[in-house]
Amino acid sequence: MADIVLSSTQLSYQYPQGTNLSFPDIRVQGGLHCLLLGDSGKGKTTLLHLLSGFSAPTTGEVRLMDQSLYALRGSSLDAFRAKNLGFIFQEAHLLRNLTVAENIMLAQNLAKNPVDEAEVMHVLEQLQLGEKANSLPHQLSRGQKQRVAIARAVINRPALLLADEPTASLDDNNTALVLKLLFDIAGNYGSTLLIATHDKRIKDQFTNSYQL
Amino acid sequence: MNSLQLVWKNITQQLGSTLLSVLLTAFGVAILCVIYITGETFEKQLSSNTKNIDLVVGEKGSPLQLILSSLYHVDNPTGNIRLDAARELSGNPFIELAVPISLGDNFNGHRLIGTEPSYLDLYNLRIKEGSLWSDSFEAVIGSDVARKQKLKIGDVFHTAHGLAADGHVHDEHPFRIVGILERSNTVVDNLILCNLESVWDVHGIAHGDHDHDDHADDGHEHSHEHDAADGHDHHDHDDAAAHHQHSDTGADGHQHHEHEDDGEIVAERPREAFVKNIGDDMLEARGDEVTALLVKYASPAAMGIVPRLVNQSTDMQAASPAIESTRLFALLGVGLDSLAVLAYVIMAIAGLSVFISLYNALKQRKYDLAVMRSMGASKTKLFSLVLVEGLVITCLGGFIGLLLGHAALFIINEQASESAAFIEALRFNSRELLLILAACLIGAIAAVIPAIKAYRTSISAVLGDR
Repeated sequence: MADIVLSSTQLSYQYPQGTNLSFPDIRVQGGLHCLLLGDSGKGKTTLLHLLSGFSAPTTGEVRLMDQSLYALRGSSLDAFRAKNLGFIFQEAHLLRNLTVAENIMLAQNLAKNPVDEAEVMHVLEQLQLGEKANSLPHQLSRGQKQRVAIARAVINRPALLLADEPTASLDDNNTALVLKLLFDIAGNYGSTLLIATHDKRIKDQFTNSYQL
Repeated sequence: MNSLQLVWKNITQQLGSTLLSVLLTAFGVAILCVIYITGETFEKQLSSNTKNIDLVVGEKGSPLQLILSSLYHVDNPTGNIRLDAARELSGNPFIELAVPISLGDNFNGHRLIGTEPSYLDLYNLRIKEGSLWSDSFEAVIGSDVARKQKLKIGDVFHTAHGLAADGHVHDEHPFRIVGILERSNTVVDNLILCNLESVWDVHGIAHGDHDHDDHADDGHEHSHEHDAADGHDHHDHDDAAAHHQHSDTGADGHQHHEHEDDGEIVAERPREAFVKNIGDDMLEARGDEVTALLVKYASPAAMGIVPRLVNQSTDMQAASPAIESTRLFALLGVGLDSLAVLAYVIMAIAGLSVFISLYNALKQRKYDLAVMRSMGASKTKLFSLVLVEGLVITCLGGFIGLLLGHAALFIINEQASESAAFIEALRFNSRELLLILAACLIGAIAAVIPAIKAYRTSISAVLGDR
């Protein structure tokens, strides 16, 4: 049985306005992609942020690669996250004054990995973006931007790849394409995929899923 | 994509506001640079040009004008004093050295100083090439005169009357260069030295050992026909260049009131009334005269005695270079201080501009910063990135400001008269780096608040509410 990449226990989060959310315990095995399914307002994005260490929970614990996430503080947490976790946001959020290649190289730089242009070109080729390496974000379509965001998330070969609503507002064909792309790229880079979505169309493609 | 590349990308993204901040910083630094170098140069010049001179004795009038004309060679003299009175004063036991100087002519803006060999001792001058004059119309030139006018030993030149380069040219009295002085970093570098007799002869002044009547024999009858009030200024020349050749005949001398060039009658030029014409005073035939006497005391006790002696018992005035230089610098200081205030205000506006620019940019870049945090950028990293942006903008402005400042100094120096051109505009002083540091400090201060805001970027708050 593969190692547990991510686990959470008794996680709860109280919003500033007072609402309190409790989340199910989650265990993600290495190589076994996982789905968090829930309607809007159920706290999917909040849970992803707690699992990533972006926010601290009111109660509970998160372990990533057997490291208690909230035992780490400040720059130690940042460095750990940069090495072990890739995050694909609902919006691409590319840095608009950097080219496609520079956006990806920045991820390498921030993770204190050597900037490897060949590796950047390789991941872009896998995502059919090779010819867009020197384009600026405003020169890309929405789909292309999303693929660049995926490339940026996997370039440091993280153990866990989190994706927030990657198929939102896509038709069936494009949903299938994006999912295949995510599975393929996660497989190629040795990452375990955890997707948070309200899109029930993709439920069948996951054996490991949690309902919020 | 390292941090500096990222900073550069960010500041060039907001080209308009970045350029404004850079230019404001540059103008502030440029003004401060001009003030700093001009002030320092003036101070250095004030001290080096008066180092061995304790007192200047000249015609009664403004003491500051006497100092400016006799030591710094930037103003017109107050008038002339009798040489025998000056000689009498020189014999005073409180005076170690007294050197008479006589002004009146120039060559392309470089003043001609009639003096004695002891003038060189006053300024610790040494001959670099050639020798000291041994006869009239032999000249020893300063190093800058040689360089700027491309003159060498044996060259001949004609001086122009008065202290402006476009005065009447004394074609009939060519000077021959017999020596070139070593550079002394004093005003003498821009002067031409000769003996006193040469200055008198040029203006046709009767003097003890050189009677101007001799000149009449060889066809140069100068001053004797002039009216003292008119002097040489009543001559008008279509071509005012220093080497202009007269069409005068020997019999006519300078008595022409107008010249006919190419068949055209050239009208007389109106006299500039306020300019004290030294030649005119000399022409009043009061005997041998000089413009001033530069005095070095024999002992500090002379300080309280000699000036009083001169001012109370002669018709001359004594001016102290130390006192007048201090007064001059105080007067200049007011202007420089006002300019400095303007520069500080501009620098403060530059800082404000950097602050507004970074603060506004931060609003647009909050997602960028949050994403960078999600990719592992620490809070300190974001803080330093924004801080460096402020530093780069003002540092860049600082360097451009220094270049602008030196360019302005170069132009100022070019515009100054040759005798006063002593600002070394193209020489950089390591202390100017303090201006860059000051600019950087302003940039850092201006960037602190935006940097703190960047430091506090919360990934969840920014990316969770979209």
